[in-house]
Amino acid sequence: MKKKHKNVFIQGAISAEFIGNSIAKHQTKTSIGAHNIFLGQVRADVIEGKEVAAIEYTAYEEMANAAFDEIREMTFDKYDLTCMHIYHSLGTVKAGEICLFVFVSSPRRKVVLEALEFVVEKVKAETAIFGKEIFEDETHQWKVNS
Amino acid sequence: MNLKIKYFGMLTEVTGCTEEQFPLIEGNIADVLQLLMNKYPLLKEKEFQVAQDQVIVDIKKPISQGEIALLPPFSGG
Repeated sequence: MKKKHKNVFIQGAISAEFIGNSIAKHQTKTSIGAHNIFLGQVRADVIEGKEVAAIEYTAYEEMANAAFDEIREMTFDKYDLTCMHIYHSLGTVKAGEICLFVFVSSPRRKVVLEALEFVVEKVKAETAIFGKEIFEDETHQWKVNS
Repeated sequence: MNLKIKYFGMLTEVTGCTEEQFPLIEGNIADVLQLLMNKYPLLKEKEFQVAQDQVIVDIKKPISQGEIALLPPFSGG
Protein backbone atom coordinates (compact mmCIF):
# COMPACT_ATOMS: atom_id res chain seq x y z
CA MET A 1 0.00 0.00 0.00
CA LYS A 2 1.16 3.49 -0.79
CA LYS A 3 2.08 5.73 2.11
CA LYS A 4 -0.49 8.44 2.64
CA HIS A 5 1.21 11.82 2.70
CA LYS A 6 0.10 14.83 4.66
CA ASN A 7 -1.49 17.47 2.43
CA VAL A 8 0.25 20.86 2.54
CA PHE A 9 -1.91 22.51 -0.09
CA ILE A 10 -4.50 25.18 0.57
CA GLN A 11 -6.78 26.50 -2.17
CA GLY A 12 -6.07 30.20 -2.71
CA ALA A 13 -4.22 32.59 -0.41
CA ILE A 14 -3.22 31.72 3.16
CA SER A 15 -5.09 34.16 5.40
CA ALA A 16 -3.63 36.15 8.29
CA GLU A 17 -6.39 34.60 10.41
CA PHE A 18 -5.20 31.06 9.57
CA ILE A 19 -1.64 32.02 10.52
CA GLY A 20 -2.82 33.69 13.74
CA ASN A 21 -4.86 30.61 14.72
CA SER A 22 -1.86 28.44 14.02
CA ILE A 23 0.21 30.48 16.48
CA ALA A 24 -2.58 30.38 19.07
CA LYS A 25 -2.75 26.57 18.89
CA HIS A 26 0.85 26.36 20.09
CA GLN A 27 0.27 28.23 23.33
CA THR A 28 -0.57 24.98 25.13
CA LYS A 29 2.81 23.52 24.12
CA THR A 30 4.81 25.12 26.91
CA SER A 31 8.11 23.33 26.26
CA ILE A 32 8.46 25.63 23.23
CA GLY A 33 10.63 28.70 23.79
CA ALA A 34 10.97 29.95 20.22
CA HIS A 35 8.93 29.95 17.02
CA ASN A 36 10.15 31.06 13.64
CA ILE A 37 7.80 31.79 10.77
CA PHE A 38 8.38 32.33 7.07
CA LEU A 39 5.65 33.92 4.97
CA GLY A 40 6.07 33.98 1.23
CA GLN A 41 4.12 36.86 -0.29
CA VAL A 42 3.30 37.38 -3.97
CA ARG A 43 5.37 40.30 -5.21
CA ALA A 44 4.04 42.72 -7.82
CA ASP A 45 7.14 42.50 -10.04
CA VAL A 46 7.20 44.86 -12.99
CA ILE A 47 8.40 43.11 -16.14
CA GLU A 48 8.70 45.11 -19.34
CA GLY A 49 6.31 47.72 -17.99
CA LYS A 50 3.66 45.23 -16.89
CA GLU A 51 2.90 44.51 -13.26
CA VAL A 52 2.28 41.03 -11.84
CA ALA A 53 -1.29 41.00 -10.48
CA ALA A 54 -1.33 37.40 -9.20
CA ILE A 55 0.39 34.04 -9.32
CA GLU A 56 -1.56 30.94 -10.24
CA TYR A 57 -0.04 27.85 -8.64
CA THR A 58 -0.36 24.29 -9.86
CA ALA A 59 1.46 21.25 -8.54
CA TYR A 60 2.09 17.57 -9.07
CA GLU A 61 0.34 17.17 -5.75
CA GLU A 62 1.15 13.54 -4.88
CA MET A 63 4.81 14.00 -5.71
CA ALA A 64 5.05 17.37 -3.96
CA ASN A 65 3.35 16.07 -0.82
CA ALA A 66 5.83 13.18 -0.74
CA ALA A 67 8.69 15.68 -1.08
CA PHE A 68 7.25 17.80 1.75
CA ASP A 69 7.15 14.67 3.94
CA GLU A 70 10.78 13.99 3.14
CA ILE A 71 11.75 17.60 3.92
CA ARG A 72 9.92 17.34 7.26
CA GLU A 73 11.67 14.09 8.10
CA MET A 74 15.13 15.45 7.18
CA THR A 75 14.56 18.62 9.19
CA PHE A 76 13.44 16.73 12.30
CA ASP A 77 16.55 14.53 11.98
CA LYS A 78 18.83 17.53 11.65
CA TYR A 79 17.33 19.95 14.20
CA ASP A 80 15.82 19.59 17.66
CA LEU A 81 12.35 20.82 16.77
CA THR A 82 9.17 20.44 18.80
CA CYS A 83 6.98 20.88 15.74
CA MET A 84 6.85 22.06 12.17
CA HIS A 85 4.05 23.04 9.80
CA ILE A 86 4.19 23.82 6.10
CA TYR A 87 1.36 25.17 3.93
CA HIS A 88 1.48 26.19 0.27
CA SER A 89 -1.21 27.72 -1.90
CA LEU A 90 -2.73 26.27 -5.04
CA GLY A 91 -4.74 28.30 -7.54
CA THR A 92 -4.72 32.08 -7.70
CA VAL A 93 -2.95 34.21 -5.10
CA LYS A 94 -3.05 37.97 -5.67
CA ALA A 95 -0.07 40.30 -5.23
CA GLY A 96 0.30 41.10 -1.54
CA GLU A 97 -1.27 37.81 -0.40
CA ILE A 98 0.53 34.92 1.29
CA CYS A 99 1.32 31.77 -0.71
CA LEU A 100 3.77 29.91 1.58
CA PHE A 101 3.67 29.52 5.36
CA VAL A 102 6.43 27.65 7.18
CA PHE A 103 6.28 27.44 10.97
CA VAL A 104 8.98 25.79 13.12
CA SER A 105 9.10 25.61 16.91
CA SER A 106 11.72 24.51 19.41
CA PRO A 107 12.73 25.02 23.03
CA ARG A 108 15.62 27.25 21.81
CA ARG A 109 15.91 30.15 19.34
CA LYS A 110 19.12 29.23 17.50
CA VAL A 111 17.60 25.98 16.31
CA VAL A 112 14.54 27.59 14.75
CA LEU A 113 16.57 30.32 13.06
CA GLU A 114 18.65 27.72 11.23
CA ALA A 115 15.89 25.20 10.65
CA LEU A 116 13.56 27.68 8.98
CA GLU A 117 16.07 28.67 6.31
CA PHE A 118 16.84 25.00 5.67
CA VAL A 119 13.15 24.18 5.15
CA VAL A 120 12.35 27.18 2.94
CA GLU A 121 15.31 26.55 0.61
CA LYS A 122 14.33 22.88 0.28
CA VAL A 123 10.71 23.76 -0.45
CA LYS A 124 11.78 26.12 -3.24
CA ALA A 125 14.19 23.60 -4.80
CA GLU A 126 12.54 20.21 -4.31
CA THR A 127 8.76 20.45 -4.54
CA ALA A 128 6.95 20.03 -7.85
CA ILE A 129 5.05 23.33 -7.75
CA PHE A 130 4.70 25.68 -10.70
CA GLY A 131 3.86 29.37 -10.60
CA LYS A 132 2.31 31.29 -13.46
CA GLU A 133 2.66 35.05 -13.12
CA ILE A 134 -0.49 36.77 -14.35
CA PHE A 135 -0.17 40.38 -15.43
CA GLU A 136 -2.87 43.07 -15.13
CA ASP A 137 -3.69 42.73 -18.84
CA GLU A 138 -4.25 38.95 -18.35
CA THR A 139 -1.14 37.92 -20.27
CA HIS A 140 1.24 35.70 -18.31
CA GLN A 141 4.71 34.29 -17.96
CA TRP A 142 5.99 31.25 -16.06
CA LYS A 143 7.72 32.08 -12.82
CA VAL A 144 11.40 31.18 -12.44
CA ASN A 145 12.84 30.77 -8.93
CA SER A 146 16.06 32.69 -8.37
CA MET B 1 -2.18 -1.53 -21.07
CA ASN B 2 -1.78 2.19 -21.42
CA LEU B 3 0.96 4.59 -20.53
CA LYS B 4 -0.28 7.62 -18.62
CA ILE B 5 1.65 10.83 -19.26
CA LYS B 6 1.17 13.99 -17.20
CA TYR B 7 2.33 17.48 -18.12
CA PHE B 8 2.88 20.41 -15.78
CA GLY B 9 3.45 24.16 -15.84
CA MET B 10 4.51 25.69 -19.13
CA LEU B 11 4.60 22.26 -20.78
CA THR B 12 0.79 22.16 -20.73
CA GLU B 13 0.88 25.03 -23.20
CA VAL B 14 2.99 22.94 -25.58
CA THR B 15 0.78 19.86 -25.33
CA GLY B 16 -2.58 21.59 -24.88
CA CYS B 17 -3.52 19.11 -22.15
CA THR B 18 -2.51 18.11 -18.63
CA GLU B 19 -2.53 14.38 -19.22
CA GLU B 20 -3.05 11.77 -21.89
CA GLN B 21 -2.65 8.05 -22.51
CA PHE B 22 -0.62 6.15 -25.06
CA PRO B 23 -0.49 2.42 -25.73
CA LEU B 24 2.23 0.92 -23.51
CA ILE B 25 5.54 0.58 -25.36
CA GLU B 26 8.65 -1.46 -24.60
CA GLY B 27 11.87 0.39 -23.87
CA ASN B 28 13.06 3.17 -21.63
CA ILE B 29 12.09 6.72 -20.76
CA ALA B 30 14.11 8.05 -23.72
CA ASP B 31 11.80 6.10 -26.04
CA VAL B 32 8.77 7.73 -24.46
CA LEU B 33 10.36 11.15 -24.89
CA GLN B 34 11.04 10.40 -28.54
CA LEU B 35 7.38 9.57 -29.01
CA LEU B 36 6.30 12.78 -27.26
CA MET B 37 8.76 14.96 -29.15
CA ASN B 38 7.48 13.56 -32.44
CA LYS B 39 4.00 14.54 -31.40
CA TYR B 40 5.03 17.89 -29.87
CA PRO B 41 8.23 19.14 -31.58
CA LEU B 42 8.25 22.25 -29.34
CA LEU B 43 9.08 20.02 -26.36
CA LYS B 44 12.64 19.81 -27.70
CA GLU B 45 13.15 23.46 -26.79
CA LYS B 46 11.90 23.09 -23.23
CA GLU B 47 13.80 22.32 -20.07
CA PHE B 48 12.22 19.56 -17.99
CA GLN B 49 12.84 16.53 -15.79
CA VAL B 50 10.97 13.25 -16.00
CA ALA B 51 9.33 11.50 -13.06
CA GLN B 52 8.13 7.91 -13.15
CA ASP B 53 5.76 6.97 -10.37
CA GLN B 54 6.53 10.32 -8.75
CA VAL B 55 10.30 9.81 -8.62
CA ILE B 56 12.72 11.76 -10.86
CA VAL B 57 14.34 9.24 -13.20
CA ASP B 58 17.16 9.08 -15.72
CA ILE B 59 16.10 8.70 -19.36
CA LYS B 60 17.81 5.28 -19.45
CA LYS B 61 15.33 3.91 -16.90
CA PRO B 62 13.06 1.17 -18.32
CA ILE B 63 9.37 2.04 -18.70
CA SER B 64 7.13 0.67 -15.96
CA GLN B 65 3.36 0.51 -16.11
CA GLY B 66 3.02 3.50 -13.85
CA GLU B 67 2.63 7.16 -14.46
CA ILE B 68 5.16 9.35 -16.25
CA ALA B 69 5.30 13.10 -15.64
CA LEU B 70 7.17 15.86 -17.46
CA LEU B 71 8.19 18.54 -14.98
CA PRO B 72 9.56 21.98 -15.92
CA PRO B 73 11.78 23.77 -13.35
CA PHE B 74 10.02 24.07 -9.99
CA SER B 75 8.86 27.55 -9.01
CA GLY B 76 6.93 27.23 -5.78
CA GLY B 77 7.04 29.61 -2.86
